[in-house]
Amino acid sequence: MGFSATLPLSKTKITRCRAVAHSIGDEVATLVQEHSTVGVERTFLRLLGLNSATEQEEGLLYPTSNFIVDQVERTGRLVEGSLYWVANAMVAENCSLGDVEAAVLAGKLDVGTVKPQPESAVLKLGRLLARDGVAGLRSRVKNRSKIKRKLKDPAKLKRPLLYQIVATGNIYEDVLQAKSAVMDGIEIVAVIRSTAQSLLDYVPQGATTEGFGGTYATQENFRIMRAALDEVGQEQNKYIRLTNYASGLCMAEISLLASIEGLDYLLNDAMYGILFRDINPVRTLVDQHFSRLLCAQSGICIMTGEDNYMKTTDAVKSGDSVLASEFINERTALNAGLPTSQMALGHAMEMNPQYEKVILMELARAQMTRQIFPDSPLKYMCNTKYKTGDIMTSHVVDAVFNLLGACTNQGVLLLGMPTEAVHTPWLADRSLSARNARYIVNGAAGMGEELGYRSDGFIAKFAQKVLDDAVRLLERIEKIGFLKAIERGYFADVRRPATGGKGAKGVFRVGPKYFNPFYEMMNSRI
Amino acid sequence: MNEIDYKNLVPYGDTTGDGAVQFSFTFPVEPSPKAQEAAAQMVREWGFSDVKVAHMSSVGVGFAYFVIFGRAQRGVNFDKVEVPELTGQRLNYKEIDKRILEEIGRPIRVVGANTGFDAHTVGLDAILNMKGFDGDVGLERYRGFYTVNMGSQVLPAELIERALKEKADAILISKIVTQKDIHIADMKDVILHLRKRGLEKRFILVVGGPRVTHKLALELGYDAGFSIGSYPSDVAYFLLEKMLERIGKKK
Ligand code: B12
Repeated sequence: MGFSATLPLSKTKITRCRAVAHSIGDEVATLVQEHSTVGVERTFLRLLGLNSATEQEEGLLYPTSNFIVDQVERTGRLVEGSLYWVANAMVAENCSLGDVEAAVLAGKLDVGTVKPQPESAVLKLGRLLARDGVAGLRSRVKNRSKIKRKLKDPAKLKRPLLYQIVATGNIYEDVLQAKSAVMDGIEIVAVIRSTAQSLLDYVPQGATTEGFGGTYATQENFRIMRAALDEVGQEQNKYIRLTNYASGLCMAEISLLASIEGLDYLLNDAMYGILFRDINPVRTLVDQHFSRLLCAQSGICIMTGEDNYMKTTDAVKSGDSVLASEFINERTALNAGLPTSQMALGHAMEMNPQYEKVILMELARAQMTRQIFPDSPLKYMCNTKYKTGDIMTSHVVDAVFNLLGACTNQGVLLLGMPTEAVHTPWLADRSLSARNARYIVNGAAGMGEELGYRSDGFIAKFAQKVLDDAVRLLERIEKIGFLKAIERGYFADVRRPATGGKGAKGVFRVGPKYFNPFYEMMNSRI
Repeated sequence: MNEIDYKNLVPYGDTTGDGAVQFSFTFPVEPSPKAQEAAAQMVREWGFSDVKVAHMSSVGVGFAYFVIFGRAQRGVNFDKVEVPELTGQRLNYKEIDKRILEEIGRPIRVVGANTGFDAHTVGLDAILNMKGFDGDVGLERYRGFYTVNMGSQVLPAELIERALKEKADAILISKIVTQKDIHIADMKDVILHLRKRGLEKRFILVVGGPRVTHKLALELGYDAGFSIGSYPSDVAYFLLEKMLERIGKKK
């Protein structure tokens, strides 16, 4: 019997997992090559700068990019791509992009019916527009790095970073809550989106004050929160990171808006939408690729949602599906050019706190994930599912997870709230949660390096079993196909057919003349 | 042990009748002696005596957080408290199943969904799915139930359509998100849709969720409300009793 600083995990098995995930990633790559979606097409237009919106009935603001894609779709032209037809309209009218925008909004131009122009002229202009769009994005990103360089970066000083959520529904109230969180030591603020936003097929516009269980993700809301965090950051000489959610039917659009407004992290995982919002699998996997390309370009670190799988299944039995999914997510992210340092893979095990040795089991999985993905700033989430209205006991559960997260050197600690089972956090809840974490992360600094694991102990065996199971699970997924595996409930015990779900109508097979210069300009590996 | 006064029931700290209560709250002002006195004064004005501010600290941008203890001066007349309760009786799955098949003679047909934009399904699944909750099997497992689980994000109109198509006896809805009382609005919405179609008496209506109480459910026009810690067998038993009532085998 020996002790060692790390768990004895088979390198061969880990390599095997990556190889199988590579081949599963190829299946996703094929989907991406053959399809596009209305969301991706709208994002292209936004990337050119078409980010305005116009008022519809009941004061609802409908984005210009939606108008144009709707027009192109109605006449069956989307198979050539939205960029092609916008360029076509500009050639036909001999006008600027701004003119097209104004004419569409005034109801004077239908991009879907403009007479086709000579292809070479359209393609030439299209490439120019795309190049300018990408260059514009890159200059925004440079500005952000300048701001970042001026402040102390907590990520360079310690691990894990402390992450909390704000979710009042009102962006101005969120600002107050977020600033307060930072005052209490929080380094990453995540603004949760409103309950129904994933299913909206357009991005709302402007500052919003009405949301349920979260606040709408809009470009203006991003800007307001970004400015507020930069302001407190300056006061404290500390760079504060901002997170939002790029999932649902507007995944790619939100990634772009987040890139423009200088967000640092995005929850960006097609699986979350598929399993928990019933979004069509093909739609969101295709959207995800472009989202991740944008993140790679913008230095945004993606976060994945495996931490949610255990909410609908038994955590002790199904740890393999979390690990398997992480390997797949790692591969699809690499295919979009994201380095591992920009992948905050999510994990949390949510085992029933009443089980004997449950803390050992949690430790096993946290340490195992750390070792298998050494360069990823892993996002580790405290238990949520087994929390109850007994807020004091919940606080104790959080303390245990904080200690596990600190000892296993996680990248991001998603802090639990004592009131998790009651409401979205109140100011004092967040403060108590931050005090809990500060005490433990500070007090346990370096503890992981001081202790070792028994090579034949319970913890080692428990971790090894998860890895063994994950190899087998990945092999089964490779054999039947990723989409089939999702259909059969391999992940989170939820079954989603490839043809079902919300937004299925917005997916289309690209035509032989489909025009998309962006992927190449952004160094896509697909 | 001292005599408990049920006519004036007060909380218990360490001595019968002491009325001990703990508070915690946040004031939107910086901590200061004045803030501390203001917090104590507020608690005294609520009718508590012996008020002690145990903790005051700064949270966030300019807020003061307090932990305060006090003693309740006024209690509640426990004997006079009334609350609608579901029958306290509990039967196990096998007994209920047997009674349904014997006394009703066919499976009870139920359609369940989480309506509106609420995407939480774990609670509804705990009641409906084979696996059940905490060792208590779900309605799917019963021979005495025919169950359809529509999952989450279901519109009331879709739910009602399906319930009609399935010739359901009961509609089961789940409401988990409660921010800004969205659960109440959603519960009303289902009733409204039923009423519009003249179907409010057609189904047994059951609702569940962590902030749903039986009392609230009755007020909104449902037949029962199930909260935290409800078991499938509780719901099964309620549905059995209600069905017997409907077919006239019970008062
Ligand atoms: C699991 C979970 C999720 C999972 C859901 C997975 C799934 N498929 O269900 C995921 C990660 C997807 C999720 C997402 C969100 N969640 Co959530 N989630 C939870 C969590 C952690 C546990 C809920 C749970 O499963 N409990 C276990 C079950 C068994 O308990 P239960 O639901 O109460 O059910 C029991 C009873 O209530 C009753 N019952 C329930 N339904 C029914 C129905 C019938 C017919 C009957 C008879 C009985 C019954 O019986 C059950 C068994 O006893 C809670 C926090 C917590 N610990 O409670 C937050 C929580 C419910 N979520 C919350 C929020 C805000 C969200 C989001 C809206 C966040 C966002 N903005 O994106 C999204 C949902 C988006 C949407 N469209 O709804 C908030 C709600 C706040 C509030 N009070 O309004 C909570 C409280 C967390 C928090 N503090 O912020 N969530």
